[in-house]
Formats: sequence, structure tokens, C-alpha cells
Amino acid sequence: MVKLFGQRVPLPALIGLLIIVANLLAAAFAPWIAPFPEADVVGDAWAEADATYWLGLDNLGRDIFSRLLYGARMSIGLSLLITVLSFTIGVIGGFTAAIGKGWIDAALSRFVDLILAMPTLIFAFVVLSVMGTDLAVLVVTLACLDSVKVFRLARALAVNIGALEYVEVARVRGEGLWWVITREILPNALAPLIAEFGLRFTFAFLFVAALSFLGLGVQPPAADWGSMVRDYRDVIALDSPAPFYPAGAIALLTIGVNFVVDWLLALHARGYGEGA
Amino acid sequence: MLRLVMLRLAFGAMTVLAASVLIFAGTELLPGDLATAILQNSATPENVAEMRAQLGLDRPAPVRYAEWISHAAQGDLGISLSNQHPVAEELAPRLRNSFFLAAFAACVSVPLAVLLGLLAAIYQNSWYDRAVNFITLLTISVPEYLVGYLLVKYLSVRWGLFPSLANVAPENTLLERLDLTFLPMLTLVLVVVAHMMRMTRASVLNIMASPYIEMAFLKGLTKSRVVVRHAFPNALAPIISVIALNLAYLIVGVVVVEAVFVYPGLGQLLVDAVAKHDLPVVQACGLIFACVFILLNLLADIMAILSNPRLRRAR
Repeated sequence: MVKLFGQRVPLPALIGLLIIVANLLAAAFAPWIAPFPEADVVGDAWAEADATYWLGLDNLGRDIFSRLLYGARMSIGLSLLITVLSFTIGVIGGFTAAIGKGWIDAALSRFVDLILAMPTLIFAFVVLSVMGTDLAVLVVTLACLDSVKVFRLARALAVNIGALEYVEVARVRGEGLWWVITREILPNALAPLIAEFGLRFTFAFLFVAALSFLGLGVQPPAADWGSMVRDYRDVIALDSPAPFYPAGAIALLTIGVNFVVDWLLALHARGYGEGA
Repeated sequence: MLRLVMLRLAFGAMTVLAASVLIFAGTELLPGDLATAILQNSATPENVAEMRAQLGLDRPAPVRYAEWISHAAQGDLGISLSNQHPVAEELAPRLRNSFFLAAFAACVSVPLAVLLGLLAAIYQNSWYDRAVNFITLLTISVPEYLVGYLLVKYLSVRWGLFPSLANVAPENTLLERLDLTFLPMLTLVLVVVAHMMRMTRASVLNIMASPYIEMAFLKGLTKSRVVVRHAFPNALAPIISVIALNLAYLIVGVVVVEAVFVYPGLGQLLVDAVAKHDLPVVQACGLIFACVFILLNLLADIMAILSNPRLRRAR
């Protein structure tokens, strides 16, 4: 049995961790690992896979394997950026609401309920239709929409923890608000927040991929897994495996993260927040 | 109880109104300028000013919102910017198609999910339970288009069982439609069944821990009878709510599935409209999607109230 931080890691979680690490390495070192640049035409369109072109060539004669590696960079990088941003907004908002109480809490919570009453995809569409499909717009839009769900969890956690004796003790001791948040509440909310980070990452990741697949996300010639599926989908009728490489990569990473999240959730007391 | 349901309905109506404001505000308050976005390269100041006047953007936003929402309530959704047709006319057949697909998928997935969930609860921890659990965990993680393309690859390209394109036309008979939409339906079913099935299993198992279930066992009833007659009715509320949520997903999630199978539904229209900055169409589609989504959630709440006698009294 493999151990990590003194915890036994079950097999699915171990597989998940391996998948995540492999993906992160591929994303980080894409320019060094990839045999060809992402946008270079190196041969005939749809050339079969061989020793030089491991997965064959794509619709324009670009190396699919290289594009997958660069795509990892774009897809994972974007999703991480979105998740980090959404966590920053969500956690700050949630803690502020929980600690501020009164009208701040009421106003923020009602606003969040309203956003949650709308399908995220539709709202993203509305914003993208006006702002255009610029990457910065995409990141900020998705982060804001996603932060609403983080807000709910962060607020629930902070309300629960804020009612505990040791927080009360800290307050009575005369510690400031900043101390109470960073030293008392945050460390105790960290475990469920990390699990939530994994969930929100898969959500952002699938969302970006879906938008790119619909042609509204990452624009060519940049490689991205979602838009690669879109580019390669026509050869499905020719029984070519090309669209399944990027689509499979998306599924594999999502499954990996879900395995790890399942383990993290099982490790720490269940019953925090709503999960997905 | 009536009061509680009415309260929910009023709350739902308010949410719809708020959502419409949000959709409108989303297209108004954002820094991007629609006229510039439409004109793109030919966006000289004069052109932009003319386009703004043509779109009515030079009038104050609250006035335009009131106009838009009152017209929408009467079925007039404006004129499409890209082809000058009335949006409502373009929307109607697409909406029917999307509802048809979603209803088809719902008719298959809901009974299937409840059945699978109940079986998993009855045979808890058996190989069947584990297998179903594992498979559903996989299908939750896999994006719709992968499921869709895998189905196309095997059921359509390799074995030629079903058509890979769901290009339905108005003159198709119901049977032809069912055949054409079979693969998109199957894709949606595979994606939503997992959630509903896991929820059914979890809520039934949750109820199974209560004392009256133990009593039922002590009376000597069989496990399947206890699950179906004693646990299931009490587990209904969470199951109904997750079913409604998944139906709402069906309506919205069709967007991607429609793209995979080139199905002429509302989702495709919306995606095209977003790419073309066709704002009236985006707003109309957004409003419809939001309404359906809110309505289904509302339905879930009301059904939960009706299915649980304890909730029928206002707290």
C-alpha cells in the first residue's frame, strides 16, 4: 500500500494521481517533449500513424501527438486559471458573507441564488455573444459563473466553523477579523475546499472543452483538446481514431481527478456542502 | 398546502423575471459594444453610430428592457439580425425538435435509472452494485461528445445500425424521427442515467437505515418488498428533485449533443447565434432555456412538497 502524508492511498486514487501528474508534466514540458511544433504542417493530411508520427497527422497535416501535448497546456492551463480565479472570488465572497452577516450576507446570497437559478452554459453564451470569444473574456466569465458555487460552499463552511468554540475563544481573546479568518477558519475549511477545487477544476475543464468543441472557446490555430475534437470529427465516418485521442484525453483527466476527489472526500468528514 | 405551492409558484415567476433582467443586463452592462462586434473591421465611428441607431441602442436600457419583455410575453421575440426573419418563427420548429429529443431521452432514462437504482439498493454491495457504480462513475466523467462519437463509431459506422446524423425534417413520420434521433437519445440517456441512478440508490439506502425499515424486516418481509413498498416511497422526494434537475440538464445539455449529431434543435440555433453576435436570437433562446430550467426546478420543489406529507404544512 502506498502512503502519502501518512494516509493510505487506495488504488483508484493512486491511478488518479498518476494521471494528474502525467498530464501536468505533459502540459508543463510540451515544447520539449513534442516532436513537432503545434501549428506546423509536417506531411499529408490524415497520414496514418507510424514511427515518426505516433498518432498520425490531422486534417491539415499537423502531428496529432504534438498537438495533444500542446493542447494539454492550453486546456489544463486555462481550466487551472479559471478555477484559481473562481476560488479567490468565491472564498473571499463566501467568508465575507458568513462573517459580515446581516445585509451583506443577504444581498450576496440572494444574488448567488439568482445566478444558480440560471443554467451556467446559457449565461456563458449570453456573455460570449456580446464580448466575443477572447480568451481573457472566457476565463473571467467562467471564473465568475463558477465562483458562485464556491461561494455557497465557502459560506456554509465559514458559518459552521464560525460557530465553534475555538473561534469564539479567538474572538473573545480580542483577535482581529483577519486573524479569525486566516488562522482559525481557513485552516479548518481547507480540506473540503481542496476536494471542491478538484470538482470545480473538472467542471471548468469540461466546460472549456465543450465551448471549444462548439467553436466558441479557444480559437485556431492554437491547439486545445475541445477544438481538436471539433476539427477531427468529420473523419469519424472514415472509421479513423483521430477524434478519440483528444476526447479520450479529456475523459481520462476528468476520471483521474474524480478518483482523487472521491478519495479526498472519503478521507475527511462527509457532509460538507453539496459536492458537485 | 395550496398556500405553500402558490408561494413556490410566485417565487418561480419572480425568478423568471429576474433571469430575464439578468439576460438583458448581461447583454447591456458588459463593456463590449454590440455594434462594434457586429461591424468588426468596418467599425468606423459613423458606421457604429448608425448601427447603434438601427439596433435601437441609442435609447435608454430600461425602456428597451420593458419593450423587449412585454413583446416577448406576447410571443414577439424580435427580428434576427443575421437573416432579418422574425425570431419566433425560426425558433418554433427548433424548440419542438429539442423538446422531442429531450422527452424521448427522458422517457427512456427516468424509468431505467429508477429501476437500476432500486436494483443496486436491493443487491447492495453485490457484484452488480459495484459494476453499476463503477460504470456510472465513468459515464459521469466522460464528456457527452466522447459518448456520442463512440456510439457513432460503433453503432453507426462499424455496424450500420442507426443513422449517424439526426437531420430530421418536418415531413418525417414519428417512426423515422425515433430512428433518426436514436443515437442522440442514447447519448443523453447514458450521460444522465448515472446521476439519477446513484441518487436513487443513495436515497433508498439512506431510508433503509431508519427504524421502521428494521421493523419491516423483523416482520419477516422480503428485502425487495421492503425496498419497493417501504423505502422507495419515502425516498421519492430527493429522487424526484434529482430527476427534475437532470431533465433540466437534458434541455440545456442537448446543446452539445445537438452539435455532435447535427440535430436542428434550439441548441444549434443558439450556438450559431452566439458566433454571429445575433443578439435577439441569443436573448430569446437564453430566455427559453432559463424558463424551462427554472420551471423544472420549480416542478421538483412542488413534487417534493406533494410527495412528502410532512412538507405539506408550512413550517
